[in-house]
Amino acid sequence: MARLHEYHGKQLLREAGFAVPKGQVVRSQSEVPAALAISGLPAVVKAQAWTTSRAAQGAIAIAENVGDVTAATVRMLSLKIGGFDVTEVLIEEKVDINREFYVGIVVDDANKTPVVIFSSIGGSGIEELARKYPKNVSKTPVDVRFGLREYEAREAVRKTGVTGSLQNELTKALLTLYRVARQWEARSAEINPLVLRGDGKLVACDCRITVDDSAVFRHPELKIEIAREFGRPPTALDKIAWTVEKDDYRGTFYFIEMARGYKKGDGFIGFHGAGGGGSMMSMDALVKRGYTIANFTDTSGNPPASKVYRAAKIILSQPNIDGYFGSGSGVASQEQFHSARGLVKAFWEENLSIPAVIRLGGNGEDKAVQILTEYTKNLPAPVEGYKKDDTADFCAQRMQKLLDAQRDKTTPRNLALPVTPEFTAKDPYSFDTPTGKVVLDHALCRDCQTKSCVQTCVPQILKDQDGVVVLNISREDAKAGKCIECLACEVECRIGGNAGGRVILPIPGLDEYRTKVAAGE
Amino acid sequence: MSILVDETKTVIVQGITGREGMARTQLMQRYGTRVVAGCTPAKGGQDVLGVPVFDTVMEAVEKMGPIDVSTIFVPAPLVKNAALEAIAAGIKLLVIVPDRVPIYDVLEIAAAAKDVGARFVGPNTLGLLSPGRAVFGMIGGSAASAKDWFLPGRVGVTSRSGGITSSIAYYLSRAGIGLSTIIHVGGDGIIGTDHPAVMELFESDPDTDCVVMFGEIGTSQEERVADLIGSGKFTKPLIAYIGGKGAQTGTRFSHAGAIIEGDRGTHDGKVKRLREVGATVVDNFGDIPDAVKTIIRPMETAKIPIIE
Repeated sequence: MARLHEYHGKQLLREAGFAVPKGQVVRSQSEVPAALAISGLPAVVKAQAWTTSRAAQGAIAIAENVGDVTAATVRMLSLKIGGFDVTEVLIEEKVDINREFYVGIVVDDANKTPVVIFSSIGGSGIEELARKYPKNVSKTPVDVRFGLREYEAREAVRKTGVTGSLQNELTKALLTLYRVARQWEARSAEINPLVLRGDGKLVACDCRITVDDSAVFRHPELKIEIAREFGRPPTALDKIAWTVEKDDYRGTFYFIEMARGYKKGDGFIGFHGAGGGGSMMSMDALVKRGYTIANFTDTSGNPPASKVYRAAKIILSQPNIDGYFGSGSGVASQEQFHSARGLVKAFWEENLSIPAVIRLGGNGEDKAVQILTEYTKNLPAPVEGYKKDDTADFCAQRMQKLLDAQRDKTTPRNLALPVTPEFTAKDPYSFDTPTGKVVLDHALCRDCQTKSCVQTCVPQILKDQDGVVVLNISREDAKAGKCIECLACEVECRIGGNAGGRVILPIPGLDEYRTKVAAGE
Repeated sequence: MSILVDETKTVIVQGITGREGMARTQLMQRYGTRVVAGCTPAKGGQDVLGVPVFDTVMEAVEKMGPIDVSTIFVPAPLVKNAALEAIAAGIKLLVIVPDRVPIYDVLEIAAAAKDVGARFVGPNTLGLLSPGRAVFGMIGGSAASAKDWFLPGRVGVTSRSGGITSSIAYYLSRAGIGLSTIIHVGGDGIIGTDHPAVMELFESDPDTDCVVMFGEIGTSQEERVADLIGSGKFTKPLIAYIGGKGAQTGTRFSHAGAIIEGDRGTHDGKVKRLREVGATVVDNFGDIPDAVKTIIRPMETAKIPIIE
């Protein structure tokens, strides 16, 4: 889920008219004086990290003077919380606390409505407090079409025993937070504590907002880099993968790096699943055999071959993985030969040197396994394909066998090779596809007896015209999606034709990334 | 019998002229589903696989008479409008296939459906299928596979993972255990017809003897199924597998979910709750067919579905 840092959430609250402590986020020591000019002293120094109970982790400090603020900031900027580096620290005024409340909006899966949660006691340990003092907590479902009504908000506050002008203020606070949550499509938005300051004003002293991943596209101003469930900021490779997925609604592609800094031979496996449930079980099968998952990848929901190809290329941009394991539910509704062609193209380009075991069970599995295994016979490493009657566990066992038999277990793969090998056509004919370009070399077409591309093109958009292959639809239609990027015109042409077809599918940023990795950066 | 899906119900395909819409229309037709209309705005008057295409769902109902089911295959950002349109046109069952539908859109659909007593399955669902009868959505991918993989019988299957819906159904069929209805409730956090709702439907289906459920970590669905068993509202044998045991548990970010759900959502919590009320929870996915066999005997008669 797309989580916002505390300072970002507070900024949204401030824009909605909520009072928040004066302060500013800093990314280095040199920015401390400017932040202090806003916050004043004493100040609270807070590491920005996606976790609760920061105080216990040394990620929150109260500082009385400039020296202490600077020291705390420097210390926090070197912290690692939940495995990632703290890069931002919020410095803000210390609020004098009269009383603390809790207010949250969460989307409730049982009710299928947003629910407003209000507790007249807030602060740390809110979950425990809510259990212990249920009468102080109210939960109010909201009709999403009309939003939270003033009377509903007031009743939510009243039920917990708050009266008078404080009731008015808290009612307003609930209405404002609901508006923020709704506007930014938050799965959850909470303020804990919501502080009643000495001067009688309500101030949001912390703020946690999680934006619905699927709605991020409607809120570009939030500048969320990757709309996915991440426990840490995205890595460079995560970001490259997201650019592939972002605007392509054909099927799903999910990629997250799960390990870094390992060496070849450490037993890290590039994982390529299909479907969440089956992927989980397949990963378990590998882990049971002592391997570690280098990355989690899922291509499912009937993705085009081009998406599977890009996923494979990104997985194979991890130089130190020992093997490539593909396995999902085992009985896929999608036509698996699309996945097979995507993998084959990627494996060819990478001249695959680590063993691969791929379970392609489901629709078209016979054809899929044949494409996968026959077409990759000449690669340096073995590629095995399995079907729906082969379990994930059996496939993991095969992976182990192949890894044990591998001769060179420690040399990392060379990523210095270009991502997409050169293709120079003597007599090129090309057209755009939804996310790339097809190039057919008519010089090679003329010598081709089979025109296998015409036969195997899944949407049947190619024709043989005077001995060369051309589109039988308009270029506009091909680009608009009539070309489904099935990759047959490259893969099948290389095997059954004259190797005159190439589908060029750019992956922005991957070349630069691999150059850096190859250079040891 | 079956739940929600059978060969008598009329179906409209919203987004019928798209890549997925067209492919799945063919699957549904060939499997025996009564696809009577398609809808793509501004493409009315066309014909896809012999199915008339209309500009709006209202128009389809006007011309073709009342329609029972809409299967929705439009891009995620357009789903809300399509679903509200179907509900407004009086359709009582929606199967929302696309992935990545914004949650607040789903909440609006849920509110509108509730007002008129309509139901939706999904989003992010493969749909549902009753072997030998009909399929709504895309389970099986092609009619030939769906006919080959799933035998008719008396076991219900409900799953939060699409691929696993098919694999459970296939592995049961291969073991000679036939199926009444298989349903992928959808992989998202907020879905229209969740496991507890499916259990209530299976409970009242005289042709379902027991149910296999694939649950996952997150949400409170499996715990609420346990609540149904505990309160006597679901009385048939339940065999469950809960995925996600090995999933990395991330650091908790928000308290709100925990306050609403309490300890709900964890793997161990779900297993424990289900076992407490007497459900069979298997530790290995591969053990599901054997667990079912201890409850009902594989039908010697279970053969390939009768439809062509």
